[in-house]
Amino acid sequence: MAKWTDKIAKSQVWKSVFRHGYPSSDRNRSLIVLSNVFLHLHPVKTRTSGIRLSYTWCMGGISFFLFLALTVTGVLLMFYYRPTVEYAYNDIIALREHVPLGIMRELHRWGAHAMVIAVWLHMYRVFLTGSYKPPREFNWNVGVILLVLTLLLSFTGYLLPWDQLAMWAITVGSNMARATPFLGSEGPGAAFLSLGDIKLVHAGDDVRFALLGGRFVGAGALLRFYVLHCVFIPLAAAFLIAIHFWRVRKDGGISGPL
Amino acid sequence: MTEENKPNQPEEKKPETGVPGETPKPVSEAPKPAAPAAPKPAVAKPAAPVKEITRRSFISWLAVGWIAFAAGTGGAVMSFVRYLFPNVLFEPPTSFKAGYPDDFLVGRVDERYKNKFGVWIVRNTEGFYALSTVCTHLGCIPNWQPAEKKYKCPCHGSGFYKDGINFEGPAPRPLERFKITLADDGQIQIDKSQTYLFEKGQWSDPDSFLKA
Repeated sequence: MAKWTDKIAKSQVWKSVFRHGYPSSDRNRSLIVLSNVFLHLHPVKTRTSGIRLSYTWCMGGISFFLFLALTVTGVLLMFYYRPTVEYAYNDIIALREHVPLGIMRELHRWGAHAMVIAVWLHMYRVFLTGSYKPPREFNWNVGVILLVLTLLLSFTGYLLPWDQLAMWAITVGSNMARATPFLGSEGPGAAFLSLGDIKLVHAGDDVRFALLGGRFVGAGALLRFYVLHCVFIPLAAAFLIAIHFWRVRKDGGISGPL
Repeated sequence: MTEENKPNQPEEKKPETGVPGETPKPVSEAPKPAAPAAPKPAVAKPAAPVKEITRRSFISWLAVGWIAFAAGTGGAVMSFVRYLFPNVLFEPPTSFKAGYPDDFLVGRVDERYKNKFGVWIVRNTEGFYALSTVCTHLGCIPNWQPAEKKYKCPCHGSGFYKDGINFEGPAPRPLERFKITLADDGQIQIDKSQTYLFEKGQWSDPDSFLKA
């Protein structure tokens, strides 16, 4: 047995992947962390107090776990869901009625609700433990952007079932974009942006129009929200999550008790 | 300009590497300062007038490069933003003909054009007006309830009288009215691009009401 493991560990395939020995020494244990793209985002050492459940609530980790779970279930949902006015609602019904494991959409939905809660609680914990203070101010800001992206993911996903609730929730929600300063047709400053009687910012070219791809929530809005929900915002979030984790390490690991 | 100055005051110049390199230039382009400048090129560079890139010209080329880069990037970003606004919308037209005045009964709220165009056409004893079906609270579509003679919004419960005035719920202002005129063929013409707001006193505008 030992002969075989030795043979595998000395094979070219094994050595091309792992460039360190068994984690039997401190040096090898550090090398494992340093030479692994996922582990190297983590702090090399953590305080025992820092990983106490009563201190972190594990909310950052749970948020990340939910992000991964939502990515997997979301990609699986994409195999059946078509983001068009004709099919969207029927595909959502079919996901429940005609597809094995009909709770896939519910997993995604409940996971999404849980992620919003977890991200809020994570932020609350970081605030309570003072972990936003120097040298961690930058990472706090990254976290705030991640919170916004989480809420935007939640918002864009809300339209995709294309039922009455989705329709009117997004109608109401996107109407808020009208009030964007200078960029929204009814926002402060929009009235100044006009040449005589010609309004430069109106319902046909303001930020709400860009979001919906039309003057009301229709086929264009469904497709835009789908692309934002499935591609654009998750990519941005994954990018920032990597920075977020790496900064935890660079800023000295999880903060200690006050 | 700089090339003209250089030969005249070569000693005061900062130690620019360009001095020997640039001297050939004035010789070829400006014969005027030939007397003071002439000895220099003879010493420094007797060979062909090869144009070297001096530090100064390099920086100015660098500036040109950066401006071009910024312009190109800015143009690309502008194009990408413009890309988000399609040239053609597959939405119902904003202006449409709603049939002949005789098609409408006095006292009735006509709902035929609600689904496609978002317009209620109401006829009273004096004439016609076209009401927007968009709730002034948050943009949902209220329902006309004939028994209670009111438009009731299902989202947050705003209520409007038949003429569009709000009387209950969170709606802050009355429903909007659209331009309503008589077309050449005698049909009622609605133009949704022109709105008339009660709170601005625009309901007295002649185009907001069609006399029967």
